[in-house]
Amino acid sequence: MIMQKRTLGLIFYFILLLLPIYWMLNMSLRTNADIMRVFTFYPQNLTLENYIKIFSDPTWYSGYLNSIYYVSMNVVISLVTALPAAYAFSRYNFLGDKHLFFWLLTNRMAPPAVFLLPFFQLYSTFGLIDTHFAVALSHCLFNVPLAVWVLEGFMSGVPREIDEMAYIDGYSFPRFFLTIFMPLIRTGIGVTAFFCFMFSWVELLLARTLTTTEAKPIAAIMTRTVSATGLDWGLLAAAGILTIVPGALVIWFVRNHLAKGFAMGRV
Amino acid sequence: MNKWNDNKAWFMVIPVFLVVAVSAILPLMTVVNYSLQDIFSPTQRIFVGTEWYRDALTDPRLQEAFGRQMLFSGLVLLIEIPLGILIALMMPKKGWGASLSLVLVALPLLIPWNVIGTIWIIFTRPDIGLFGAAINHLGLVFDHTASPLDAWITVMLMEVWHWTPLVVLLAYAGLQAIPEAYFHAAKIDGASSWATFRYIQLPKLRGVLTIAILLRFMDSFLIYAEPFVLTGGGPGNATTFLSIYLVKIAVGQFDLGPAAAFSIIYFLIILLISWLFYQVLLKAGTGEKS
Repeated sequence: MIMQKRTLGLIFYFILLLLPIYWMLNMSLRTNADIMRVFTFYPQNLTLENYIKIFSDPTWYSGYLNSIYYVSMNVVISLVTALPAAYAFSRYNFLGDKHLFFWLLTNRMAPPAVFLLPFFQLYSTFGLIDTHFAVALSHCLFNVPLAVWVLEGFMSGVPREIDEMAYIDGYSFPRFFLTIFMPLIRTGIGVTAFFCFMFSWVELLLARTLTTTEAKPIAAIMTRTVSATGLDWGLLAAAGILTIVPGALVIWFVRNHLAKGFAMGRV
Repeated sequence: MNKWNDNKAWFMVIPVFLVVAVSAILPLMTVVNYSLQDIFSPTQRIFVGTEWYRDALTDPRLQEAFGRQMLFSGLVLLIEIPLGILIALMMPKKGWGASLSLVLVALPLLIPWNVIGTIWIIFTRPDIGLFGAAINHLGLVFDHTASPLDAWITVMLMEVWHWTPLVVLLAYAGLQAIPEAYFHAAKIDGASSWATFRYIQLPKLRGVLTIAILLRFMDSFLIYAEPFVLTGGGPGNATTFLSIYLVKIAVGQFDLGPAAAFSIIYFLIILLISWLFYQVLLKAGTGEKS
């Protein structure tokens, strides 16, 4: 009985969650004139025109490639730097640890509007404008603190005795970290990787400010659907549907780490 | 938790410090610099001290926007945190149901924010949008472009739809990290599902919930693209949140000074409230951990 109520509740939530996305899919399969003219539950004059336009125009599909490129770069940098740092915060007392930990989070608190100009100046000084690396590095500003905080939370859930026993057994730190510790917190690593991907993927202001043509992200290219004659809703909806796909694939790949959770390893 | 004392741990933190500091420190200093000057051109600037700060703090429209922002972020936390935990508890723990739930729940998070606003414009239109049409069909008059209340409801719905999944994913991952042994023990003791939640799951979720609350607070306090695209801050100023007002100032004037001072005040408000949240949440945990 309880199981049934849960499942029904969950299905109800998912229906609500999917309605706007279904509407976007519905729009993406219709022409702009059709969208603005009639209300319809499903596309009656189904057309793939919007999708064909995105896949045949290099200025469109290169946006996806650029986004995937710098987002992957950002996820790798964020995880590689945040993993040891989170371990340090969860296991050690050191000079300034608490201040540094909170300072990291303060980097997510600045309203972007005015900060964009100094960002542009800073990155042009280094000659990084319009490179994927610039966007990946600037996104570290909000993703690395997030990664450290989420990972620290999961690491602190692992008893310290596990570390001590491994060291007594003669494990070196890198070997212990890679073969024992990381499998224990893989739920946390999975969720962190997804969040870094997600926040970098949807971020628009920094990515748009730091790029001109070569590394322009998809979210910025989408603003081209606004023209003198108004907005091309169908094309925008198709582009929106396609932006969901890579992230859905990412969560599909990390799902096992999220779902299997905490196995107590060798203890 | 007792920790080892060792300042060598700094070596593990240095990479993170460098990667963040490169983007953090100089822009912040530059904005502080702007906020103290009257800038006519790159070569012509006058130091004005705290003038822009005094202007900003006495600006009645900024105070109104601040009030709206507090109400908005408060509602966001009150709705999204319990709802997110509830949904995470309902999700299956393993099997294909778990995989499917995870993928579905993540979908709204992956849409760029400007697109979300645009899709909701159509979605809520009474003539060609599903939501608007459904509400009208029920006989209710609903128009978020004319009624402030309707605009608020629409923005809140969009926000809850968009961001509750973040809380769900964190809470779900936190629940998965609780060893099975705890549940076995609870079952043997004959604990009710409420007692299991209150005394086993909730305390174990403290870490992820701290992050979820702080993240949702900060991000909802900075919200810009979705409500701006959907309502443009209107009708009137009904949904002009702080960042929408900030952009109005920054774009409307050639002078960066006042907007920079506003940004610094804005930043300090978020810093102060987040710090208070963090202190409260740290203490909330200590009693339950033992």
